Amino acid sequence: MATAFAPTKLTATVPLHGSQENRLLLPIRLAPSSSSFLGSTRSLTVNSSRRLNHSNATRRSPVVAVQEVVKEKQSTNNSLLITKEEGLELYEDMILGRSFEDMCAQMYYRGKMFGFVHLYNGQEAVSTGFIKLLTKSDSVVSTYRDHVHALSKGVSARAVMSELFGKVTGCCRGQGGSMHMFSKEHNMLGGFAFIGEGIPVATGAAFSSKYRREVLKQDCEDVTVAFFGDGTCNNGQFYECLNMAALYKLPIIFVVENNLWAIGMSHLRATSDPEIWKKGPAFGMPGVHVDGMDVLKVREVAKEAVTRARRGEGPTLVECETYRFRGHSLADPDELRDAAEKAKYAARDPIAALKKYLIENKLAKEAELKSIEKKIDELVEEAVEFADASPQPGRSQLLENVFADPKGFGIGPDGRYRCEDPKFTEGTAQV
Amino acid sequence: MSAILLQGAGAATSLSPFNSIDSSKLVAPSRSSLSVRSKRYIVAGSDGTNKSFGSSSLVARRSEPLIPNAVATKADTAASSTSSKPGHELLLFEALQEGLEEEMDRDPHVCVMGEDVGHYGGSYKVTKGLADKFGDLRVLDTPICENAFTGMGIGAAMIGLRPVIEGMNMGFLLLAFNQISNNCGMLHYTSGGQFTIPVVIRGPGGVGRQLGAEHSQRLESYFQSIPGIQMVACSTPYNAKGLMKAAIRSENPVILFEHVLLYNLKETIPDEEYICNLEEAEMVRPGEHITILTYSRMRYHVMQAAKTLVNKGYDPEVIDIRSLKPFDLYTIGNSVKKTHRVLIVEECMRTGGIGASLTAAINENFHDYLDAPVMCLSSQDVPTPYAGTLEEWTVVQPAQIVTAVEQLCQGTGRVKQRGGTESEASEKEREKERKISMAAITSAVIAIAGIILGWITIELACKPCLESGREAIDRSLNPDYDPDDQDVDTSSDVRSPLIPNHPPDNSDPDPSTAIKSV
Repeated sequence: MATAFAPTKLTATVPLHGSQENRLLLPIRLAPSSSSFLGSTRSLTVNSSRRLNHSNATRRSPVVAVQEVVKEKQSTNNSLLITKEEGLELYEDMILGRSFEDMCAQMYYRGKMFGFVHLYNGQEAVSTGFIKLLTKSDSVVSTYRDHVHALSKGVSARAVMSELFGKVTGCCRGQGGSMHMFSKEHNMLGGFAFIGEGIPVATGAAFSSKYRREVLKQDCEDVTVAFFGDGTCNNGQFYECLNMAALYKLPIIFVVENNLWAIGMSHLRATSDPEIWKKGPAFGMPGVHVDGMDVLKVREVAKEAVTRARRGEGPTLVECETYRFRGHSLADPDELRDAAEKAKYAARDPIAALKKYLIENKLAKEAELKSIEKKIDELVEEAVEFADASPQPGRSQLLENVFADPKGFGIGPDGRYRCEDPKFTEGTAQV
Repeated sequence: MSAILLQGAGAATSLSPFNSIDSSKLVAPSRSSLSVRSKRYIVAGSDGTNKSFGSSSLVARRSEPLIPNAVATKADTAASSTSSKPGHELLLFEALQEGLEEEMDRDPHVCVMGEDVGHYGGSYKVTKGLADKFGDLRVLDTPICENAFTGMGIGAAMIGLRPVIEGMNMGFLLLAFNQISNNCGMLHYTSGGQFTIPVVIRGPGGVGRQLGAEHSQRLESYFQSIPGIQMVACSTPYNAKGLMKAAIRSENPVILFEHVLLYNLKETIPDEEYICNLEEAEMVRPGEHITILTYSRMRYHVMQAAKTLVNKGYDPEVIDIRSLKPFDLYTIGNSVKKTHRVLIVEECMRTGGIGASLTAAINENFHDYLDAPVMCLSSQDVPTPYAGTLEEWTVVQPAQIVTAVEQLCQGTGRVKQRGGTESEASEKEREKERKISMAAITSAVIAIAGIILGWITIELACKPCLESGREAIDRSLNPDYDPDDQDVDTSSDVRSPLIPNHPPDNSDPDPSTAIKSV
């Protein structure tokens, strides 16, 4: 069927030939009977699939083409990739992401939020594809482009909008802002302003999982998903963490949202070898490339990666080829990108694609989808109203939360701890 | 990273460590009695020859009680004052290890991560034996990636672990500055208080023995502005163990600065469990004349200088500030209020070091109590040279400390020689006052004498004039005076004839004389 999800349509960025395979696929400490993994190093056609299946047993390669699994599934059970409920869930999540970000832009230009605001329009497939597979206790670490990751993880639209408005009811009490979306309840570990600085934190969260399992002997299957961009992949922290994650076999998935642009720097101009997924095998972990504008493909890859991590088989590097429809931030005039490129990716809008898939496969009707859109619009409107009505933080909040134990402000000249000064709670104490 | 100089576990260092003087011996009250003061000297003298100064170990203090903190905390004083057991002797790195091991036993969430902390036992042997006991995951040997493994520790802390992150040398943590500043210090705040980061970042720093510029850094000056972290520096086995335990138990991120040259200090510490308060300073030697604030290795240079100063008649109060961020302004303030003079001795660079901040804090809070400007002795603003002589000149040496104290104390005639007391000073002031009043009286006397002499001169020179003048005044003031009265004074009668006895002549033949007689 000629849909956007046709198995033979693979984004052509991996023109590799058989001779290069052995060099790239390093033998990893995996049992030969490990299930086929997604993300091949070869460009596959229908014919080559048989060759791959045959050589799988002998080569012990953990990586397989994305389309192979998809094709396999379709050929084996002749059913769709998702059920109706799942489809609607995915659709709703992506619509929420899109509407929310559009509303953010509006509010920014109306002067309700300030500073740096980075919007996620166009990349919803990645967030939805991965995060909707996670449980509440799994952790997500993101960058400054984190609104939609927080929403997908379960943080309420109200809390995120209030945080953007800088109100007390925000998820971080107004103290973090757009680039610091945290939620202990939903295990959203931020929100980081500098690129790359969240990756070690994600590695630590994954380490904590392993520690609980092996040292504290608790039942812990939590995985961590770290999202970051193509620019980050030239940063040292990325490589240091790939090394440690593979070395300690941590339950982590490194998701590269390769939208080809780091503000105004094209990925191709900044990187010696632009194929980021290839860097995974260099460290001893599978590297997968997937079409990030296609939520179902992303979901398939994510399922495999998450299952692998939960089983204790270690990390995975997933490169999602995606695109942001807006500029880097709301302050970016976005003049460098070619209009043709933008048009090309706009035609591959993940929401439109999913809608088409759902309707064509009779999973949902137009009316149902419309009602979801309406519901989300109302939700976002209500979030704005809530944020507008919420109070600004008072002076008393200035000195709170600097230290978990406020004795850290020290002992004043009068012999008392500074935090015992009655003016401390008012936020006017001398510290 | 380049090779690290290893200190042999049992070898004593060439640095002569000076323990804190037992304050119980110097408890003599600081009143003005000279006899008491000289008694103090005798006590100090005997100490100087036997135990406290100049020995290469602190073993001799075995039977003496340990120094309680200036501001007594329950934990500290309880341990030292109720100690009935003799305690056990160990080196500073062993004390750190003991503290770490006790905390790891106590809480299974405490773990260690760093380079060579596991199988190698730590480059300074602080984690020796821990990997065997607790396993490779609890004492994690990391690859050489400071930024990443510091961040990993922070991420693990957010999810409930309590990592102790070791920097093999504090200087290497410059590579982890991103994680320490942005995440360690700020995440609790930017997450609105949702996530705590109870990490301990520790490692050896400071100027060692010809380790070269990059291995001799003092990172406390770079980290001090980071909000949300605490910094402490240990200097004795006692406070090393206490601070390690307190730092691990704290919910705040704490950076514990150790010093490369202090790892082999020996001391007897209590057998009982104890912790040292993270925010408090330690009174090393109480005194009267000047407050010397210091920390880490410089504490020992100060104590060496103190010996010389005591012999010269000074009584310095030495405080090991221990808490580099925040400062214990209570202990420091009480000392400043007592002595009115402050000298800071630190190993940081002059620019932007802990001493610079401390000077500002003291000036801001205790300006009225100062009799002299706060003086700060710091290392030179140079990369630490390799050559031994040059290296010696970059850090503060005891002789400089002595000179500085003398300079500060000479301001108002305080304590120049042996036996100087406070009463002498006030006596001198009284004498001064007396001299001033004497001068005033003398001038007054001279003025009066001058007036009197002038009067006498005028009286003598202008006597007749004055007399007649006075008579005239009398006459005019006399109401009964009649100018026609002649008989008042015949000798001065102006109307009497000039020839007094001329009789009148009747037989005058000349008939022309017209004498009319009727």
